[in-house]
Amino acid sequence: MMWALVLLPLLGAALTWLVPDNRRRAWVLPVVSLAHLAITAALIAEAPAASPGGWILLDALGKLVLAGNSVLFTVCSLYAVGYLAYRLKRPNRVLCASLLVCLSATSLVAISHHLGLLWIALEATTLTMAPLIYFNHNARSIEATWKYLLICSVGIAIALLGLFFLAYSTIVARQEVTLLLPTLINNAAGLHPGWRHAAFIFLLVGFGSKMGLAPLHTWKPDAYGEAPGLVGALLAGGLVNCALLALLRVYQIAVASTEGALFQEVLLVMGLVSMAFAAVFMARQSDFKRMLAYSSVEHVGIITVALGLGHGALFAGLLHMINNSLTKGVLFLSCGNIHRAYNSKSTQFVRGAIRRTPWSGALFMAAFLAITGSPPFAPFVSEFLIVSSAFGQGNHVTGALFLLFLALIFIGMASTVLPVVLGEVPKDLERTRYRDAFPTVFPPLILMGIVLVLGVWIPEPLRVLLHDAAALLGGEA
Amino acid sequence: MNSLADQLLVLCLLINFAVLGTSRLAFSVRSVAVQGVLLGVLPALVHPFSWHLAFIVVSIILVKGGLIPVLIIRAIKKAEIEREFSPFIGYIPSLVLGALFTSLAFIFAAKLPLAPEHEGLLVVPAAAATLMSGFLVLMGRRKAISQVLGYLLMENGIFLFGLLLADAMPVMVEAGALLDLLVGIFVMGIVINHISREFSSIDTSRLSALREE
Repeated sequence: MMWALVLLPLLGAALTWLVPDNRRRAWVLPVVSLAHLAITAALIAEAPAASPGGWILLDALGKLVLAGNSVLFTVCSLYAVGYLAYRLKRPNRVLCASLLVCLSATSLVAISHHLGLLWIALEATTLTMAPLIYFNHNARSIEATWKYLLICSVGIAIALLGLFFLAYSTIVARQEVTLLLPTLINNAAGLHPGWRHAAFIFLLVGFGSKMGLAPLHTWKPDAYGEAPGLVGALLAGGLVNCALLALLRVYQIAVASTEGALFQEVLLVMGLVSMAFAAVFMARQSDFKRMLAYSSVEHVGIITVALGLGHGALFAGLLHMINNSLTKGVLFLSCGNIHRAYNSKSTQFVRGAIRRTPWSGALFMAAFLAITGSPPFAPFVSEFLIVSSAFGQGNHVTGALFLLFLALIFIGMASTVLPVVLGEVPKDLERTRYRDAFPTVFPPLILMGIVLVLGVWIPEPLRVLLHDAAALLGGEA
Repeated sequence: MNSLADQLLVLCLLINFAVLGTSRLAFSVRSVAVQGVLLGVLPALVHPFSWHLAFIVVSIILVKGGLIPVLIIRAIKKAEIEREFSPFIGYIPSLVLGALFTSLAFIFAAKLPLAPEHEGLLVVPAAAATLMSGFLVLMGRRKAISQVLGYLLMENGIFLFGLLLADAMPVMVEAGALLDLLVGIFVMGIVINHISREFSSIDTSRLSALREE
C-alpha cells in the first residue's frame, strides 16, 4: 500500500511517455493524481506498521505533508489539463512525465524514516523540477533553471555532508552506526556533541537553501518568476513542504538532544531575517510572479519562526504549512491565468485584471488577502496563533517584529496586487487568446474554498493530526 | 589504512591543483574522472571484502570514472568550447588559495575530535581540501561546464569523508546518491547545451537578465 504511493506515479510517468498525443497525454495527470489522493486518504485513515528495518513509516508529520501535497497536486493536475490545452503547440511529454516523477519523489520524502533515503528523495525532487522550470524554453527560463539547479544541488550536497557528520557522531560516541530516525532520536543526547553540532549547522544550511530561507533564497525569485504558474504552485506549495519536512526531522533530533534551545534560537533568527528580506524586496516589485516568490520567502520565514518559538507555536506552524501551500496554489494558478491573458507579467502592462479575467482577478485578490493574513481565511488563524504564542511566552521582541514585518509586507504586496487587479485596463493592449474558462478557473476555486473553510472550521481529524505532529516535535499534545 | 591508500589520497590532493591551475576543460574533466576512479578504489583498500563493497566500488568507478565524464565531454563537444577564458579568480590566485585551503585543512583535521581508529589518517584533510577546491572552482569560473566540474569536485570531497562511514551507509543509500548525481549531471549537460544554443556561449556571466533592480 505504501509503495503504491511511490510506484503508481512512476507508472503514470511511463504511461505519459508512451502516449503520442499532446492533448490526450494531459489526461493521465488527473487520473493518476486522483488515485494517489484516494490511496493517501486510505493510508491516513489507517497507517500500516513500519516496514521491516524501519525505513518506511508514515507518522503524523509525514501524513500532514503527504496530504497537503496530494491535494495540491490533484488540483494542479486538473488545472494542467486546461492549461496545456492552451499550449498544444509546445510538446508536453517531458512536463507530464516530470510532474509525475516529482509526485512520486515527494511521496517518498513523506514516508521515509531513514535520513539517507529521505535525502535521495529530496534530491530527486530537485532534479525533476529543473525541466519543469524550463518549460517555456527561452533565455530567461534557462537562466532561472541554471541558477536553481546549481544553488539547490550545492545546497543539498551540503546537507549530505551534514548527514555524514551526524552518522560520524554515532561512530565517535561508540553507538550503533545508523541514519534511522527513531534510533537517532533515542540516542540524540548521547551523540558526540561537536560532530552533532556541525551536522545541525550543515543540515540547516542545506535544507534551508532548498526551502529558500533568507539569505539562501536567491534562486527563488528567478525560478518562481520564469516557471509556468502550475509549476510555481508546486514549487511554493509542495517542494517547500518537503524540504521543511527534512528540516523537521532534524528538529526532532535536535529537541531530543541537549541542543534544542540553541537550534530553536537559530531558527527564530533565520525566520525573522527571511521575513525582513521579504518585506524589503516585496516593495516596488514590478513583476507580480517574482513578488510571489518573496511571499514564499516570507512564509517559510513565518513557519521557521513558529519552529523557533516551540511549545504552542508548533501546532500553529504546522497549520500554517498547510494553509500556505493551499493559498500559494491559488495565487500561482490565478496569476498564471492573468499572465496568459495579458502575455506579460509586468505591472506596467497588466492592469485591471478583474475586467479582462474576472474570475482569476477575483481569485488573485482573495488569495492575496488570505496570504497576508486577513480574516476569515485560514492563514489568519495560524498567524494569529503564532503571534499570540510569541507574546504568551514573553517573547515580545519576536512578536513585535513579526507584526511589523507582516504590516510592511501587506503594504508592499498591496501596492503591486491592487493595480494589477483593480487598475485601469491600459489601451492598445496586445490581443491574446486566453480568457477565463471553466477548466482553468475551477481548480484554484476549489483550493480557495478549502482555505476559506479552514479559516472558520478545522475538521476534527485534521486537528488531531496537527496535535500528534506537534507532539512529535516536542510541543504540547 | 595502508600506505597505498595514503598515496592515492595524496594523488587526489594533487588532482585538485591540476583542476585549479588549468584553463583546458577537457583536461579538467579527465582529472576529475581520475579522481573519481581513485575514490572508487579507496574503499576496496580500506575495508575488508564484501559483496556490498564490491558493488559500491564497481558502481563508483563506472559512474564517476565513466558515465559522468562521457556526459560532460559530450556537452563540451556540442558547445564547441575548449577553454575557460578570463575566470573571476585567475589560475595563479586559485592555486595559491588552493594551497592555503589545503594547509588549513590539515591543521583543521588535526584538531577534530575523530574516533581513535581514524586519527592521523589523510582522509579527513583530503576530504576538506577537495571540498574547498570544489567551492573555489564553482565560484571562480565563468563557464557553466567549469561550474559543473566544481560541483563534482565538491561531491568527491563529500564522498571521501564518506570513506569513514562505509558501515553506516547501506548499499541502497550509496547507490541512490550516485544515481542522483548521475541524473543531476545529465540534466546539467542538457541545460548547458541549451544555454550554448540560446546565448551562443556558455559564459554564465551573461545570464544576467533576471537581476534584481
